Amino acid sequence: MENFDWLLQGFAEAATPMNLMYAVIGVLLGTAVGVLPGIGPAMTVALLLPITYNVSPSAAFIMFAGIFYGGMYGGSTTSILLNTPGESSSVITAIEGNKMAKAGRAAQALATAAIGSFVAGTIGTILLAAFAPAISRFAVTLGAPSYLAIMLFALVAVTAVLGSSKLRGAISLVLGLSIGIVGIDFLTGQPRATFGIPQLADGIDIVVIAVAIFALGEALWVAAHLRRKPADVIPVGRPWMGRDDWRRSWKPWLRGTAFGFPFGALPAGGAELPTFLSYITEKKLSKHPEEFGKGAIEGVAGPEAANNASAAGTLVPMLSLGLPTNATAAVMLTAFVSYGIQPGPTLFEKEPLLIWTLIASLFIGNFLLLVLNLPLAPLWAKLLRTPRPYLYAGILFFATLGAFAVNIQPLDLALLLIFGLLGLMMRRFGLPVLPLIIGVILGPRIERQLRQSLQLGGGDWSSLFTEPVAIITYVCMAILLLIPLVLRLLHRDEESLLIVEDDKDQREKAQA
Amino acid sequence: MSAPEQDLPEAEQPETPERDVDYAQYLVVAVLALVGGFLVYSAMTLSEGFAKVDPVGPKFFPMVLGVAALVLAAILAIAIPRGSKGEADAGEDVDPNAPGDWRTVGLLIALFVAMIVLVNPVGWVITSTFFFGGAATILGSKHYVRNFVIGLILALASFYAFYSGLGIPLPAGILDGIL
Repeated sequence: MENFDWLLQGFAEAATPMNLMYAVIGVLLGTAVGVLPGIGPAMTVALLLPITYNVSPSAAFIMFAGIFYGGMYGGSTTSILLNTPGESSSVITAIEGNKMAKAGRAAQALATAAIGSFVAGTIGTILLAAFAPAISRFAVTLGAPSYLAIMLFALVAVTAVLGSSKLRGAISLVLGLSIGIVGIDFLTGQPRATFGIPQLADGIDIVVIAVAIFALGEALWVAAHLRRKPADVIPVGRPWMGRDDWRRSWKPWLRGTAFGFPFGALPAGGAELPTFLSYITEKKLSKHPEEFGKGAIEGVAGPEAANNASAAGTLVPMLSLGLPTNATAAVMLTAFVSYGIQPGPTLFEKEPLLIWTLIASLFIGNFLLLVLNLPLAPLWAKLLRTPRPYLYAGILFFATLGAFAVNIQPLDLALLLIFGLLGLMMRRFGLPVLPLIIGVILGPRIERQLRQSLQLGGGDWSSLFTEPVAIITYVCMAILLLIPLVLRLLHRDEESLLIVEDDKDQREKAQA
Repeated sequence: MSAPEQDLPEAEQPETPERDVDYAQYLVVAVLALVGGFLVYSAMTLSEGFAKVDPVGPKFFPMVLGVAALVLAAILAIAIPRGSKGEADAGEDVDPNAPGDWRTVGLLIALFVAMIVLVNPVGWVITSTFFFGGAATILGSKHYVRNFVIGLILALASFYAFYSGLGIPLPAGILDGIL
């Protein structure tokens, strides 16, 4: 029950008036930017990283927790009212939810998404509180070789499994790892890849990279392709659900949560697969399969719950192992680094109050979202009409502000522009962003672990394979890489057929 | 609350007109080759350090990554003529079928460069006012006065918020003593 005591202490810390205010700000800000097209939760946390220079860690993380869940909720509002999903994980919500909205059931679609998100977020956070400490207790017993193996596994998983092109994932990863090289070598003290610029000796500030890739890159990319005609927003009143909607929603919420959490907790899970699985399951189990594709409430309830539960799941590897597996978690991890807190398995031991305050504020944020967002939905819908020039000029403004405030040197702005252009290039050519940012974060840590393990092992490479966990992880990694290859060789024709059919199905649905 | 099914825009088809080869991807090849070449070169200039304390040495990582970048550049260079292409990023405000408006992007970059050069001598408030106003104008907002007024409000608010709220003094520049 030690964990429970800590959780109560976390609540006590999070519920002080000052911290509650940060929670409310975080939730409102998170929802607002989730609703606004072009800004995701990752970009918001990235833009807010400068506050870590002056605000206490617990206040900052309380706010980030609100943004984390709020962004998710806001994103679903956008896909329901606009039918142009911002993230791949809300594609399904866009399909069914927008059909419901067009049929005059926007209020019910928003309500089932909001309440489903609350249910999934709460269950997910309970599971997080239950599992993360145990995993971290196990992880601290692991030696450097095992930890090295786990970090390599995360890199491979994020690069090879998520995203459509392995080649492009690998390119992105190598670019990220290369950025991590810049700076003084920690063992020999030599500057590496610094172009002889003394300010680069400490490496490139991760805040600058995150803001550049997520905010500047995105804004420039949108600027190149800005829709000239404003999108149609479906007006909506206060969300509510009838008795029938409740009856049809509660099971999909729970099933969606069951799909989402494990996938989120796995390094390669992501949110797309569980939302899709949830959708298929609900379609199979529904008593109204004919409504699917025309606005079935189950098709919003299940995938939305899966999406949120997966977001909670991604916090398990982040808090217990220091492994980020989605973009928002990656940026939140940079906030830990920026506070001088070393993310990793020792987090629960070294910073228990901070971590439990974060978990408690996830509960609080989730509850606040439900209470605030149901009445505020019409306001959020109005936000969708923000003039796009101001929206993107604002993103550019805050990006420069955030990067410049790090050290007050124009060099950081130049770096911001360079990496912003890199972000633009990645979006243009379909290079995934996640492997890059994870490479930047994990690269230096992997190098350190590798060199320290080899030091301890007397320079013998076989010392990397002495721990059972390390060996198991490498085997899993090999399987992960080989499975698609083997599958393709075995069922080349069958598989390609399946994919084509699936595609056609989706397209028909979108047109229906 | 009745939305009749009239001429509502349908779901955007991801289908872009069939282009066989996306030659612009050679830009990615060039960037990768540049990064790889630079890493290998800078790894060579490092001294090996003290072999016993550090069996891997500082060269190992940049060398491996540099070679990896060069290899990936080669693979991509071979894959491009064969029709390999990435799927450009989608988004709420992105119209993937529209041809790229690179003039807007170029102007924004020019504005950014001006900001980098001027922010310290002229000061945060003035440069960032022009940065926001300029960006909004470039992005197509026709209310020119309003663009710069909003910019000024944001600039002043951020200056004072960072100064008194976060204790970070942004450069005052030529307005030093007035602000």
